[in-house]
Amino acid sequence: MIEQKRSLPGTLYFIVMMVFLYLPVLVLIVFSFNNSVILAFPFKGFTLEWYKQLLGARELLLAARNSIIVGISSSLVATLIGALAAVAVTRHHMPARNFFLGAASVPLVMPSIVLGVAMLVLFRRVFDLQLNLWLITAAHVLISIPSTILIVMARLADFSHNLEEAAMDLGANYWMTLLKVTLPISLPALIAAFLTAFTTSFDEYAMTTLITGTDTTLPVYLYSLLRFPRRLPVAVAMGSIIMVISAILVITAEKLRSIGTNRVQKENKI
Amino acid sequence: MTTLNRKQDSAGKTNRPGTETKLAGIPRTGQLVMLVAPAALWLIFLLILPLITLVMLSFQKSAFGPDSTVFSLNSYIEFFRNSAYQRLMLRSLWISLLVSFFTILLSYPLAYYMAFHGGQKQSLMLNLLIIPAWTSFLLRVLAWRVILGSSGLLNTFLLWIGLINQPITGLFYSQTAVVITLIYIWIPFAALPIYVALQRIEPGLLEAASDLGSRPWQAFLKVTFPLSIPGILAGFLFVFIPTVGEYVTPAMVGGPNGLMIGNIIWDQFSRGLDWPMGATLSLAILVAVLIPLVLAARVAQKSGALGGGR
Repeated sequence: MIEQKRSLPGTLYFIVMMVFLYLPVLVLIVFSFNNSVILAFPFKGFTLEWYKQLLGARELLLAARNSIIVGISSSLVATLIGALAAVAVTRHHMPARNFFLGAASVPLVMPSIVLGVAMLVLFRRVFDLQLNLWLITAAHVLISIPSTILIVMARLADFSHNLEEAAMDLGANYWMTLLKVTLPISLPALIAAFLTAFTTSFDEYAMTTLITGTDTTLPVYLYSLLRFPRRLPVAVAMGSIIMVISAILVITAEKLRSIGTNRVQKENKI
Repeated sequence: MTTLNRKQDSAGKTNRPGTETKLAGIPRTGQLVMLVAPAALWLIFLLILPLITLVMLSFQKSAFGPDSTVFSLNSYIEFFRNSAYQRLMLRSLWISLLVSFFTILLSYPLAYYMAFHGGQKQSLMLNLLIIPAWTSFLLRVLAWRVILGSSGLLNTFLLWIGLINQPITGLFYSQTAVVITLIYIWIPFAALPIYVALQRIEPGLLEAASDLGSRPWQAFLKVTFPLSIPGILAGFLFVFIPTVGEYVTPAMVGGPNGLMIGNIIWDQFSRGLDWPMGATLSLAILVAVLIPLVLAARVAQKSGALGGGR
């Protein structure tokens, strides 16, 4: 870099943009502690009432449990699938490699509503299935596959194939080598991939709501709360919790990913 | 990655010809199939198959009952005949273009600053940018609903500090509200690919430009900006594609004038109305998304790279 000196207008612009990005949400979180049903200035007083109401809401806790189950199981499967595909792409001479990577990235460029509608039609019309959490889980796996493949690929690309070769020379069979050599090498990336998939799943609304039956996930439940103005503060309190949990997960995933890939500015970040 | 493959090939050839297969126990192609199969199955069953059924549904007279086996072009005819659908489609495209344009306009300086003036704090800045992108989408839209509403935070704040006497109406439940909210949502998604593109510019190139006597703005126009075009394209796609199909934001802040094509699709399916029509409209969205995608791929091929190029 030739110009490392700070530019004042640039710094100001950066700060203004960060305020723009964070202020709306922070204001909302602050108001989740406001002692009034209406979200308006001035601040009436501090209360934990809305959070207490949350704890008492059975449906909400069920939705939270569902979201955690769907999140964990879909992320585990997506990470496994993504890792295997990443090994195939980086460690093997794969025919039609670019075609495969292109096809695997399609969920990334599909508008959620189209994906949701297409799955709804398949599940209901073709297979005549009752919509349930397992179908939501399977759908979440699909939308996380592109990112898990890319994250693990980025990590594996930084390591030469020598370690695996050595293990096989010493008599380990292929799957043993994957388990004992490749798995530990890619562990930080695997965790980052898992967390990325989990945050995606935990926050997914636009597609999920279309394939939701009787059991709802947290975002779907949050959205249904919005229909009742009196419950808005409760919805905001719940949104704040989701926000904080996902922020923690994002930071952790980001930390692991930067360990995982060495090169911080990789194109695969996104 | 190509180098890796080559390395592995030459190792296989020189060191232990043929033993690879024996050691592995399973032929190499077998391993490959087992590695790729789960991903391939998922893509086939949850992406390709659903899309095929969507196309088939769009040619049906009705989704259920005896009419479901009757071939019909009704929904396509309806799509071209009914100006309401076209108006909504055009509005969605227009909103998406507006949102993409302003998002990139606002993100570019942000990415530029991080890439060239970020210094040691670059990764911190990057994290600050990414966190909102991955956290609650609904909450961030909800924030604008609560801020822009006529008895919302913005109005009560302005009234409270005495800047205005009457609440400002018309901010909320409008197309403008949809555009503002979506720009707010997508800024990190557009800034990131632009940042990555700017990051990869060799500092030597800019030095050479200044050695050859070009002023900073000339260097920017002739070197920096052209080299950042792949990032801009990627950013554009990341914003444009999800916006065309957006229906949550219009439903929350758009009001009747801010509705987009996604809202109609959602209505068709969730209320159990005309599924074939909904399928046709979904395919229209796909086509709308495919055009810029193909164009971008063309440009990327010509310029040699789009984000993932090697």
